[in-house]
Amino acid sequence: MKPRILLGTLVLLTACEREQRRFQELPAAARPAARDVQVSELQPGPVAAPPSEPAPATRAASEDNAYDVSEGKRLYVWFNCAGCHAAGGGGGMGPPLLDAKWRYGSEPENIYATIVEGRPNGMPSFRGKIPDTQVWQLVAYVRSMSGLLKKDVAPGRSDTLNTRPSESSKARETPRPEEVEQPR
Amino acid sequence: MRRLLPLLLACTGCGGLRMLDARGPHVARLRSLWDLLFLISAVVLAGVVLMMLGALLRRRGGSRAQVPEVEAHSVPPGGEGARPVDPARERRMGSAVGTAAVLTVVLLFVITVANASTGAALARLRSPDALEIQVVGHQWWWEFRVQDADPSRNLVTANELHVPVGRPVVLKLNSRDVIHSFWVPELTNKRDLIPGQQNTLELQADRPGVFKGQCYEFCGLQHAKMGFVIVAEAPEQFEAWRNQQLQPAPQPTDPVAQRGQQVFLQGPCALCHAISGTDAAASTGPNLTHVASRSTLAAGTLPFDRGHLAGWILNSQSLKPGNNMPALTLPPDDLQALLVYLESLK
Amino acid sequence: MRDDEAWERLHLERTWGPKKGLIGWLSEVHHTAIAKRYIITAFVFFLLGGVEALLMRWQLSGPEKQVMGPDLYNQVFTMHGSTMMFLFAVPMMEGVGLYLVPLMIGTRNAAFPRLNAFGYWTYLIGGVLLYAGFLLNVGPDAGWFSYVPLAGPQYSPGKRVDIWAQMITFTELAGLAGAVNLIVTVFKHRAPGMSLNRMPLFVWAMLVKSFMVVFAMPAVMVASTCLAMDRLIGTHFFNPAEGGDALLWQHLFWFFGHPEVYIIFIPALGMLSSILAVFTRRQVFGYLPVVLSMVSIGFIGFGLWVHHMFATGLPQLGQSFFTAASLMVALPSGVQIFCWLATLWGGRLWMRLPLYWVLAFFAVFVTGGLTGVMLGTYSVDQQVHDTHFVVAHFHYVLIGGAVFPLFGGLYYWFPKMTGRMLGERLGKWNFWTFFIGFNLTFFPLHFLGMMGMPRRVYTYGVDRGWQPLNLLATAGAVIMAVSITLLLVNIFWSLKRGEVAGDDPWGADTLEWSTTSPPPSYNFLHLPTVRGRYARWTAAEDQPVVTGVRSDRKEVLVTRLLDAAPDHRAELPGPTLWPLWVALATGVFFIMCIFTPWGVVVGGVLLFITLTGWFWPRPPYKEELAPEQPS
Repeated sequence: MKPRILLGTLVLLTACEREQRRFQELPAAARPAARDVQVSELQPGPVAAPPSEPAPATRAASEDNAYDVSEGKRLYVWFNCAGCHAAGGGGGMGPPLLDAKWRYGSEPENIYATIVEGRPNGMPSFRGKIPDTQVWQLVAYVRSMSGLLKKDVAPGRSDTLNTRPSESSKARETPRPEEVEQPR
Repeated sequence: MRRLLPLLLACTGCGGLRMLDARGPHVARLRSLWDLLFLISAVVLAGVVLMMLGALLRRRGGSRAQVPEVEAHSVPPGGEGARPVDPARERRMGSAVGTAAVLTVVLLFVITVANASTGAALARLRSPDALEIQVVGHQWWWEFRVQDADPSRNLVTANELHVPVGRPVVLKLNSRDVIHSFWVPELTNKRDLIPGQQNTLELQADRPGVFKGQCYEFCGLQHAKMGFVIVAEAPEQFEAWRNQQLQPAPQPTDPVAQRGQQVFLQGPCALCHAISGTDAAASTGPNLTHVASRSTLAAGTLPFDRGHLAGWILNSQSLKPGNNMPALTLPPDDLQALLVYLESLK
Repeated sequence: MRDDEAWERLHLERTWGPKKGLIGWLSEVHHTAIAKRYIITAFVFFLLGGVEALLMRWQLSGPEKQVMGPDLYNQVFTMHGSTMMFLFAVPMMEGVGLYLVPLMIGTRNAAFPRLNAFGYWTYLIGGVLLYAGFLLNVGPDAGWFSYVPLAGPQYSPGKRVDIWAQMITFTELAGLAGAVNLIVTVFKHRAPGMSLNRMPLFVWAMLVKSFMVVFAMPAVMVASTCLAMDRLIGTHFFNPAEGGDALLWQHLFWFFGHPEVYIIFIPALGMLSSILAVFTRRQVFGYLPVVLSMVSIGFIGFGLWVHHMFATGLPQLGQSFFTAASLMVALPSGVQIFCWLATLWGGRLWMRLPLYWVLAFFAVFVTGGLTGVMLGTYSVDQQVHDTHFVVAHFHYVLIGGAVFPLFGGLYYWFPKMTGRMLGERLGKWNFWTFFIGFNLTFFPLHFLGMMGMPRRVYTYGVDRGWQPLNLLATAGAVIMAVSITLLLVNIFWSLKRGEVAGDDPWGADTLEWSTTSPPPSYNFLHLPTVRGRYARWTAAEDQPVVTGVRSDRKEVLVTRLLDAAPDHRAELPGPTLWPLWVALATGVFFIMCIFTPWGVVVGGVLLFITLTGWFWPRPPYKEELAPEQPS
């Protein structure tokens, strides 16, 4: 009986968690990623080491929370990620995001680092510009583009011209590393 | 009723039945239609209630213990305990019901005609030299674009719109996301802002004044706090406002404000907001070029002053939960500088 | 003679009586049992919707109150609207109709007993789904109208709106099942002699309502399915950028949504007519005009949905037409009111509790009807649309037009359903507190609307001056809550200790009062015949009864549509679990479709299996087989 109750509670809690709209984060999470002096918008280094600080608790929740992922989708357009990676993530000036290839790793921490630190060949650093919570929302959305999130969390179609099927109907791509051409 | 009246009076004192308080020709016209409908409704309601009370006082019968006998039409012989109805009385009731039905038709006809003529009268108020203003609804704020024959004089502002007194204004309504609805009770009727469709709405203010409007179509989390302000002012004041709004933002001279500008441009703000004359040109949030000239913050929700501005920047999510402005934690000096800079954007 | 009767009763009870135990309870198909479940379930949802209303009134009792945040408030007001419309009003009317219609027309069961059970189970699953979602924080939050694009995939992430859409599909399916059942029952199972022009007004009301359901519900089922598809598999029905249209949703929704109001309101008119005849102790004045009014409301009701969309910027000529149609519906409504007033004038009022509610109806409903005329004219509607004025209007119409008669009906038919009268004194308290509380709650909302207070706002600013009237409305809501508590106390007290009613405590005219209270499982010992509009008042002392219908099988008499002349005997199916299995399969189908399109496949297979079981032919009776045996 006990495991059943436990299981029931767990299911219940996941549902609550999954649909929760979290507006107010802990101050720590709302803090913009550390604001050091920056010399350049561009950051060197092929594969970033995992961030030294432990990742804030918002990350896992974002991946399971449809609202957070949809916020990520909104910010992807608002912050003009679409400008380089294209509206559906098909890539343009920047690499595509909906395929299996990951230059800098597909784990949420890697993508977080990519956004915050920036990457060579044009990915700017958004350190100090995007609050942490929103970075994690973007991370979750970026992962949904190649089908890495659960189908019932990934966003449906947009109210725009849809050039490709929605994230929620995207088949899961198995992430594999891609060799990066080193800048000479 | 005794408790209701003072309350009502109190309310009229602090808010009033704004819909009836016409401040322009459109609402004045609608007001006369309203008066007609109200009169008809009051008379009909009084009639029905009096008829019912009359019947109630007229004939009663039967006690709790005993079931009274029955009257029914064409009772066949042998029917149990029923006696036939009085045919003369039935005929009288028939003509009364018939008369009432005819009166209903007449009243409904009057209302239809009055309504259509009100609609036609409102249409006649349209004017070719109306001031055109584009209104774009966003979750959960308003973007106003005052148009001009000279495109370089088109101005963009948010949540606070000035209109000249005595000149017809035509609003072109559109939405960037979901359906919203525009209404200022004293100045106009209501029209939805629908994505993929352009609606128009006319308004005109006859006297100077400040009017509050807000969104009337449920549009999500902050539907309640999607307000705006309309300032009706004399044409020359309006022109002054317009010219001033067309200017780019003043370059800060004082070092604190200069630092504030750096915070704005290098921090998160510039990702969503625009300030003309600087590099900040994003259009997803309200345009802040002359934010300090507005009387409210957060779409008509908070008064514009330094305290509320600081609160809004630091913790917008507790003031307007779910809105699209993230809560930001800035170091005190940066915040202070940012506030000084924003307050300089007159 | 007495022994004969006892033997006959025993026989009928064995044929029609329920099976024992839990299985018996689950496989029940008799209309009174199913209808009681409908009524009780709908009443529970009414209480839940009322609690949500109280929460909202609490939140709005002052400016910037923090009882709820916007997220929860949006869920609560969506739940309130969806509950009251889909889980209370329509099923409640359906339940009352399913209970009374077969009794009023003198037959033993509804025409499709199993469909009846199926309808109830789907309704229950739909309601439980909605509330399970709400408790798990997956409660819909886009309003009971779910306007796209807000309810679309982009602006309502997660599964909240999907749950709403599927709940709609469930309850509309149940509504259709009930409507089809009522139509056929009314058309084919009336007692001999009950020609169409002798049908009780209540039966007419249920007939009109059922036809409206048949034409209105498919529109919203199509709409909710399109919405679910937009959200799940990325179709573009409502996406303007891909050739869809956001307003299409509103057209489809209100093409159902406006008739929905009449679907709720017309059965209440039937109840009202029944009560009026009995408590004025005379026939209702103008049977023909009242029937024709109901029928024409049923038609016109489909032609005025656009008056919910006057603010969307439609062409003015079109708006004028829909204004005319909206005003036109005031004519049949008015004629009915006048006929009832004439009935009141021509009768001798027997002041018992059901009549109290009916008299209150006149004041309350007419107020709502008149504000309805205002809202039907597009010029005024474009002012007060989506303000609290509208909230006041439709609560006056729906509570005044449906809940007041319904409570009257509760006091009137409670003795028939339970065998005991509802307490008179508590009943009066219940009535007066409800009447006062209702007006105190909703009358101020008219003014709030004119002061500019929008609907569906979770809070308002301190500077708006809306507090006093809101506080008054909240006080009224508390009084209404007290009133409903009194009603509950009265019901539970009367079930145990109420005065025993007997077969006919009111000296009423319709056939349900000629059987015992509560009615036996076979409804009537002998199927009755009728020779006038007011069956019991016009019955002869030696009024004949139907004989020759087998009592060892579930046989009923089928009569002709117009004149109700006996046509043939038909056997109705008995208790079975198959409707429950089919409903569960439907449940798997719809609920799984919230998460994956594979729900169609899995649900389809399950439905195929269970429907096969349902429609599997009954093995023939032994005596039917006998002649074929070679001897």
